[in-house]
Amino acid sequence: MSLLETKNLGIAFGGLRAVDNFSINIKEGELLGLIGPNGAGKTTIFNMLTGVYLPTEGSIYIDGKKINGKKPFQIVKMGIGRTFQNIRLFANLTVIENVKIAFHKDMTYNTFTGIFRLPKYWKEEDEITTKALELLSLFDMENDAENMAKNLPYGKQRKLEICRALATNPKLLLLDEPAAGMNPQETKELMETIHFIRDKFKVTVLLIEHDMNLVMGICERLVVIDYGMIIAKGTPDEIKSNKKVIEAYLGS
Amino acid sequence: MKKRLKDYGINFLAVVLSYLALRVIMYNGLINNYVQGVVVFAMINIIVAISLNIATGLLGQLALGHAGFMAVGAYTAGLFVKAVEYPLYIEMIMALILAGLAAGLSGLIIGIPALRLRGDYLGIVTLGFGEMIRYTIINLGDITGGASGLKRIPKMVGLNEVFIVLVIVITFVFLFIKSRHGRAIISIRENEIAAESIGIPTTFYKVYGFFISAFIAGVGGGLFAMYQRYLTPEKFRFMFSVELFIIVVFGGMGSITGTIFAGVFLAFLTEKLYEYDEVRLIIYAIMLILLMIFKSDGLLGRHEFSLVQTPRRIKNLFNKIKDRFKKGVA
Ligand SMILES: Nc1ncnc2c1ncn2[C@@H]1O[C@H](COP(=O)(O)OP(=O)(O)OP(=O)(O)O)[C@@H](O)[C@H]1O
Ligand SMILES: [Mg+2]
Repeated sequence: MSLLETKNLGIAFGGLRAVDNFSINIKEGELLGLIGPNGAGKTTIFNMLTGVYLPTEGSIYIDGKKINGKKPFQIVKMGIGRTFQNIRLFANLTVIENVKIAFHKDMTYNTFTGIFRLPKYWKEEDEITTKALELLSLFDMENDAENMAKNLPYGKQRKLEICRALATNPKLLLLDEPAAGMNPQETKELMETIHFIRDKFKVTVLLIEHDMNLVMGICERLVVIDYGMIIAKGTPDEIKSNKKVIEAYLGS
Repeated sequence: MKKRLKDYGINFLAVVLSYLALRVIMYNGLINNYVQGVVVFAMINIIVAISLNIATGLLGQLALGHAGFMAVGAYTAGLFVKAVEYPLYIEMIMALILAGLAAGLSGLIIGIPALRLRGDYLGIVTLGFGEMIRYTIINLGDITGGASGLKRIPKMVGLNEVFIVLVIVITFVFLFIKSRHGRAIISIRENEIAAESIGIPTTFYKVYGFFISAFIAGVGGGLFAMYQRYLTPEKFRFMFSVELFIIVVFGGMGSITGTIFAGVFLAFLTEKLYEYDEVRLIIYAIMLILLMIFKSDGLLGRHEFSLVQTPRRIKNLFNKIKDRFKKGVA
């Protein structure tokens, strides 16, 4: 069964059809690339999948369960985690706090237990501190734990955002141009990291990128959109020689 | 675990010491009744300013009607203690809890619809709500005494009780910040969309944070009623909300210790400028402008002064300087 399925998904902003008739299937464990020129509608698709935007048509299923109309925080519980094209960290908090907040939904102690520091508070807090540090060390960031997120260099901020998304224990991870603004060396490292995450966490990845060459290397399958519509699906080789795709990219 | 206990110990000791200091000064006649009043009102203002800082500094919502929540608490406590006759402390505690609940409830009534709004809009709505509460009090003359005020409230609290409540409120807020609920609230201030994207039910926590904020403002109001012994709606006019806001901005939005320092400082200043009430607001304004220019996030920004952390930080700083120096020599 597919992990994520969308059927004829579409959204209009006023008169603008930002996404139209978008149907895909993502299998568990896949690393799928979503590519397309600027303004094609990639981020809008992510926003529909995560409940930030309400689609005007079509439906979204995760594990066969329909998620249209659910709130973003409910969709997180169903297993979708994401990062943002324009980084959205908790800038004035420390690196480790950024990650700890993402464990919120797994914690159960109530306000009273929290205020009076009952044993359950310490148990859960110690647990997530350990988990957060483990996650950070996978990204070589354990030494930054006590730094403010906003003081991290750009590349590490991107990594921290991925780290934070992983802390929600997603089945499907949506990455919106994670390499934007990185130099070639950082980009290469990041792509390796993404591969590593997929294998280590057994997580399915949907990756947005508008630089085609970049995703060719790591994605098994690509979906190309232009003006809100799917213009091609297939393996990197198929995509490379697809006429429509070449046109879309040359035309932009 | 040992470190934890030590940290608690240091803070507890500080509370006891500051209380003893207050007492010693009083016994030596350095504080007369008048000064005691000033100190008590300063502490009450700090309690309400802290509550405002929860809404603005921690939750990140512009709230301009906290005088209204304080009024709800004050009148609730005032009417309650006038109506019933229980043993002193039981009655006082009940009055404070009721004051908090009534204010918290009005916080929910305004918060549930208004927290959908952002920034300036929320500010305007809360401001309007604060004024609405005041007019309601004026128009419910049969119960509240109307514009001429609620008189002859039994005196239920003094310096000790107010001090203890202040300590409880501060302790509560600090413990709350370092719990999953507090973190959820702060994450909304930092980035609401990101908070939602990692599973924080932001609408719920906004309303929750607002409830706690209004609750504490109400407790402050309750203390005010039971210390002052009479209430007039005039006290809770819009300008008082602004003064509370100034304390918060001055100390740094998001910094509880900043609010405490600013509250003490401004109380002192108000006292000194007592005879020149018009000049006072002008001086406030000038100070605010200067602050905006030189330190736009307030005295402490979002940092907390901590008896445990601050000395550690200073020590680290020293070590760093020493290292630099050694390297320089070598
Ligand atoms: N909230 C919105 N209101 C109105 N129009 C929107 C909104 N969000 C997106 N759009 C429009 O939808 C279209 C697709 O935007 P989107 O951000 O999804 O593109 P993208 O493929 O992510 O592009 P990029 O590569 O630049 O990130 C654009 O024309 C954009 O202006
Ligand atoms: Mg985009």
